[in-house]
This record gives sequence, structure tokens and C-alpha cells, in this order.
Amino acid sequence: MDALLSGIELLARWDVLVALLIGSIGGVIIGAIPGVGAAVAIAILLPATFSLDPIVGLTILLGIYGSSMYGGALPAILINTPGTAVNALTTYDGYPMTKRGEARRALALAYSASFFGGIFSIVCLILLSPLLAMIAPHFGSREIFLAALLGIILVVLAHRGQVFAAGMLAGFGILLNSVGLEPIKYTRRFTFEQTWLNGGFDLIVVVLGLFALSQAFLLLVDKDNTPHPQPIEGSMFSNLKEIWLYKRVASAASGFGVLMGMIPGVGEFTAQFMSYTYAQKTSENPEAFGDGSPEGLIASEAANNAVPAAAMIPLLALGIPGEALTAMMLSVFYVHNVIPGPQLFQNQLDFVYALYIAMIILNVIVMIFLLFSTNFLTKVIQIPTRFLGVMILTLSFVGVYSLRNSVIDCAIASGFGILGLILKRLNLPLVPIILGMVLGGIMEAKLRTSMIRVKTPWDFVDRPIAAILALLIVFVLLMHVRTLRREHKDRIAETEHDHDVHTSQQG
Amino acid sequence: MIRAKTLQDLFKRYRRPGDIVFAWVFLAFSLFLLLNLDAQTATVKGTKWAAQPSFWPTVAVYTMVVFGALHLISSFVSPKLDGRWQEVGFWLRSFEFATWFMAYVILVPQLGYLPSTVLFTIVLTIRLGYPLHPFLGAAVALAVTVVVIFKSLLQVKVPGGQVYEYLPDALRSFMLTYF
Repeated sequence: MDALLSGIELLARWDVLVALLIGSIGGVIIGAIPGVGAAVAIAILLPATFSLDPIVGLTILLGIYGSSMYGGALPAILINTPGTAVNALTTYDGYPMTKRGEARRALALAYSASFFGGIFSIVCLILLSPLLAMIAPHFGSREIFLAALLGIILVVLAHRGQVFAAGMLAGFGILLNSVGLEPIKYTRRFTFEQTWLNGGFDLIVVVLGLFALSQAFLLLVDKDNTPHPQPIEGSMFSNLKEIWLYKRVASAASGFGVLMGMIPGVGEFTAQFMSYTYAQKTSENPEAFGDGSPEGLIASEAANNAVPAAAMIPLLALGIPGEALTAMMLSVFYVHNVIPGPQLFQNQLDFVYALYIAMIILNVIVMIFLLFSTNFLTKVIQIPTRFLGVMILTLSFVGVYSLRNSVIDCAIASGFGILGLILKRLNLPLVPIILGMVLGGIMEAKLRTSMIRVKTPWDFVDRPIAAILALLIVFVLLMHVRTLRREHKDRIAETEHDHDVHTSQQG
Repeated sequence: MIRAKTLQDLFKRYRRPGDIVFAWVFLAFSLFLLLNLDAQTATVKGTKWAAQPSFWPTVAVYTMVVFGALHLISSFVSPKLDGRWQEVGFWLRSFEFATWFMAYVILVPQLGYLPSTVLFTIVLTIRLGYPLHPFLGAAVALAVTVVVIFKSLLQVKVPGGQVYEYLPDALRSFMLTYF
């Protein structure tokens, strides 16, 4: 209780409240503009928050992270283009509802489902905290190494249909982390006698290149497009309570979001897939799914909004990010000298509670903002896409250059921008590179320290949590082989596949 | 933008034209790294395998080679998709904008953050073929807003331009601090 009160005290500052307001409203606007998304915004703003207090900087970025998906539902429903990648499924039922003249109802359902999912997962996080505080200290180097290994295996296997590509890109990420002068034996790795490679690749530079610059290049090279959504008439309040008619689907979807969010490397897409499948199978009207089903819309939005808070669990408790955004958040924590991991729950529980409360407040702010500003947002999303590219490129400069005023950093980021563009065009995932970099660093450090006390391979898994994690790794691999065999049996012809660029897959 | 026909299509990633070109380049790069692995990493005597500086680069490079080869094989045995070289052309067109970006980066320490940003957004807007009205105003507004938010208010580290040295003293320190 003391920690909770102390957490509230941490937030009761005008600068934190302003940060919450900027982060949450900014996140909604950024999420609503197709082609920007939380990853781009966080990448750009990361360096700008360095000079702020840890709680202020983290609140802004957390606000963007938690609220972008709310905004992303708007273009998904109104113009059939998801604002952020995770709103792709929302187009399935949201847009047909708009075509039927039910845009206001669809938006109200999406907002209320998002709010439900967001609050549900934060409540879960708060309830789980005492348990996490109890379990987290039992995670030693071996356990964290195995959890990171499990995360990297999951992120590779979660990219269905592109497992080989995800594997090679995860390897590339691990390589990027190892380049430069290593800090233990002071030897050089893959520097090719180039002094600019001695410092290695900075995660933020790579993230900015892969997410922000690549998106700018993509928009600038592609054809110009200006969306023209119709304005929404009438008040949304009357439709908000409809969520209670679908509370079973909303609860189940949020539950899937929390579960999948907690597992590193899995995230929103798997949560949405499971919740959508569940909602369709248990619906009285399954044939309406994909054709404007309110249940489908709720399943998608509640699940994706439940993920951010749940994804904070492995990040805060073990210091292991589960996807690209939490990987960026990890670097924010490090920069602000807050080291996520078992000690955080023991020594800075008030800080953890402050983050939870901030997430609740941001959900409330976003909800209020959305109820009054939907028509404003429909105007914002009318920015021509190539001009949006100019905006992202201009903002990316601040992100990269302000780090160390280095032209080399900018050149590296440009290189990764081109790589990111190629990967996005090829429907290949970017996330394995980022997770490879972050988890590769964690695995290297933890394996080194854990092997000091390990004499035989069995010693590595002689503690209960380590043994469970090792068994989980084996289980996940076996399950993948089983899925592959099943998919091989039910495969569809190559010509029937959709070979277009998928907005849902640009991450 | 979204054209998936089935739910399976939405969650599964399918090949696109040009994938074999990328697969070849990636494998060639991985093999180049493999050839240089011994020369570019060190093995320290009396150190356990897990603590060897060469251990993680080895894991990374072998992962890249094995998965890169499998990816190439899977592209190779799949039916060819039309538009391979148009797609490569699309990738190459991004170099132009990377060059514009680097020109902007080089210009900032010379001209200063505000003038370079205004110039950059105007030139790029014209290059993209937007009509001067209303986009010229939008480009200037964008540049000024970005500079005011990040440099004037948030005080991010962007150095003042060399041309500021020629300004009168009072104006020079003002420009160096805020723009």
C-alpha cells in the first residue's frame, strides 16, 4: 500500500501530467495517421526524452505506446486502411460496418473495446505484481538466459510462413549486437579495421533506420495518396454501452491479449488470431465475421489493446522485451538509469506502480479525447502520403543526429532505412533484427555469468524455473514441428496466396 | 491497402517479387562474414567457450548462413513471381531520398538547424511535385514547428550553424541557443 501511495506521489507533478497528456493524445493522433505508428514515433522521440526526468520521459513514450492503437482503429474502420499494423484485423469487420452506414457504431465499439482491453490488462498487471515481486528474484542468470532464448525462438517461430527469413534476420540482429570492441576481453569483432565500427551499432540508430527512415523512404518512393474519410455525425456516447452486450467476447479477447502479451516474442497478432478465432467459433452468428460483425471488431480491438500493459510484465520483471516497441522501451529505461529486472520490483516498486497508474490515466484521457475529437482526427489523416514522408524524414533527423551529432550515425541509419524498406516491401519482418540485437546482448552477458557455476550440462537446468523454461523451449519446438506437419497437409496452392504488401506485416 | 482474402492470409507472410534477389544478397553477405569469422574475431586462451569473444559472432553468422541458405532454397523452389526487377528498381529509388537526407545532415552544421530544415522541406516538397500553394507554406510551417519544438523548447543537442558566426553578437547567441 505504501508503494502504491508513493507511486501516486511520483505522478502528482505538473510535468508528469503534461507528459501524460502529450503522450496519450499524441499517440492517438500518430496512431490515426496511416504510415506513422507508435514504433516510428517512439523511435523519433526517444532521444528527445533523454534530457527529461525518467518518469516524465517514460510517461510520454508509454502514452504513445498505449494509445496509438486506439487511433489506429479510426482509419481502419473509416477508410479500410489500418493506422497501425495491429489494427489490420479491425478492417475486416470495421469497414463493412462503415459501408452499411454504421461507422459511428463501429468506432464506438472499437473505442470501448480498446478501453476494456487496456484497463483489463492493467488490472491484471496490478494483481500479478505481488506474485511477480515474489517470483522475479528467483530468476538468476541461467533463467534470464533461457527466457531470452525462449523469446528469440518464439519470435522466429511466430512469423508463420517466413520462419527461415525470421531466423536469418534474428541471426543478423545478434551479429549487429556483437560488432565492435567487446567490453570483457577488449578484442575487436567484425570491425574490418574501420574505426567507425569500433563502437558497434547503437540500438537507437538501428531502430530509427529500420522503422522511421524506412517508412519515410517507403512513402516518398511510393505513389501519392490522400485518404478522404467521411465525417462522423452524432454523439458516440449512446453507442458506448453496447460493449456490455458483448462482455464475454471482450473479456476473452482481453484475456488472450494479456496471455500473449506476457510471452516474449508473441504479441498482438497471435492474441488477435486466437481471440478472433474464439469469438467466431463461439458466436451465434459466425458467418457475419469478416462482413461487419461487432463481435469480430471487439475481439480484434480488445485483444490488441490488452497487449501493451501485459508486454510490460517480462520487460519490467525480467528485463526481457517481447517485441520491437518494448525493446525500444528497454533502451529508454536504460537511458534513464532505471534497470528493469528482478531488482526493480524489490527496490523501486513505487516506480512500477507509478507506471501502472499512468497507464490507467492515459486510457481515460484517450477515451475522453476520442469521444470529442473523431472528426478532428478524420481531418488529420488527410495528409498526403508523400508529404507525410517529408515530415517523418525531417523528424527522423532530430532522432538520429541529436544522439551524438554524428554524421556516421545518420549514414548508418540511412543504410538501415533502405534495408527496412526492402524488408517491408518483401513482407519480411523487422522485429527479429531488433529482438536479436537486444536479446543477443542479454544472452551473451547472462550465459557468460551463468557458465561460471555450471560444471555439467545438467547443472544448467537444476533449478525449477530453469528446468521449466528448458522444457518450454523443447515443447515450443515440438509444437512447431507438429504445426508444420499439419499445415503441410492442409496447404493451399501457391497461386492462391496473396502476394501484395501487407500493412499488417510492416513490423 | 489491405487485400488479404482469408484470415490465414492476414496472419501468414507470403513471398513477394524480388525475394530471391534479396535471398541471394543476404546469403552472399553471410558467407562473406563466415569467411572472415576467424580473422575478425579473437579466441582468448584459458577462457571458457561461453565467454570467448568469438562465441556469439560465430552463433550469429552460422544462424545467418543456415537460415539464409534455407530461405534461398525455399525461394528457389517456389514459382517465379512477375515484376522482380521493377521491385528492385523500387528499392534503388530509395537511394535518392537517402542522399537528400544525408545532404541535409551535412548542411545543418554549416547553415544552422532552422535554415537547413526550411531549405530541406521546401526542396523536397518541390522535388515531389507538390503545387507551391499551399504546400510551400506547409513545408515552412513543418520546418519551423519541428525546430521550435525540438531545439527551442526541448533543447535537443543540435549544433548551431557556422554561418551564425557572421551574425551580430546578440542575435548570434540567440540563434545558437534556440535555432
